[in-house]
Amino acid sequence: MKEMVDNEMKLEFLSKSSNEAFARITVAAFASQLDPTIEELADIKTAVSEAVTNCIIHAYEHKMGIVKVSAQLKGKEINIQISDNGKGIENVDMAKEPLYTTKPNLERSGMGFTIMESFMDSVEVESIVGLGTKISMSKTIKEPDEEKENEEFEFLTKE
Amino acid sequence: MNNIQIHLISKEKGKKTMETKFYEKDKLLVFKIAEEIDDCSVQKIRRRADYEIERFMPKRVVFDFDRVTFMDSAGIGLIIGRYKFTNMLGGKLEVTNLTPSVQKIFEMSGILKLIPVTDLSGNVEEDGITYGSR
Repeated sequence: MKEMVDNEMKLEFLSKSSNEAFARITVAAFASQLDPTIEELADIKTAVSEAVTNCIIHAYEHKMGIVKVSAQLKGKEINIQISDNGKGIENVDMAKEPLYTTKPNLERSGMGFTIMESFMDSVEVESIVGLGTKISMSKTIKEPDEEKENEEFEFLTKE
Repeated sequence: MNNIQIHLISKEKGKKTMETKFYEKDKLLVFKIAEEIDDCSVQKIRRRADYEIERFMPKRVVFDFDRVTFMDSAGIGLIIGRYKFTNMLGGKLEVTNLTPSVQKIFEMSGILKLIPVTDLSGNVEEDGITYGSR
């Protein structure tokens, strides 16, 4: 049986680099229902951008393919899945290593997975060579800090 | 004034994407990026920047991130690449006006140990030029 979620969305698009902005902005718009801070939203956008870029550059290597993005909201948590039917990753542990890249000539920094892992609470990679890769990420949006909000209010009323 | 300024504005579909300024006396080349930096946009930023660096042979190259609303790891590659290119031609690369999200990504990559963050407004105003004011 399917796990209960509060909300869900699915996207499919061609592996064109112009769709990177489309994907991250769409996921961010969906995530904004959880009332995240600007920083949390930026973290989600960056992680999505990294994962989608990986599909386009590495999985399909600029051949056309379909990138699928889905996301669910549950309580204060967002789960995001990004998958492709590209060439797959031979060694996931190595791909996750900071600064490791198979495409240094394209000035890739090798920081994609490192950024995903540090900007999200969890990142899981499932990959089968020749079949594709699926990245599942999640992040819990923190409850707004009441004390901070009061401080801001005081600051405003001093004016 | 002998500090000749070359001012180029790159546009795409009528929207400003980058401002390039060259200060002749200081041999200072400033790129003010005004778009999101990702794998898609980084290719043309790289092309424009390398062209101008080669053309002016600056002593200092400064990337200004004040108008950058989004950057992912493509920005790290961009800056490391320009750092190497500028060094090769005998210049120095610096960055300025890092927004919180840009700062976070640069810190994570460790490139700020290599590339100094400068405050350009002071330096350039000394020469009687108001930088970036509009």
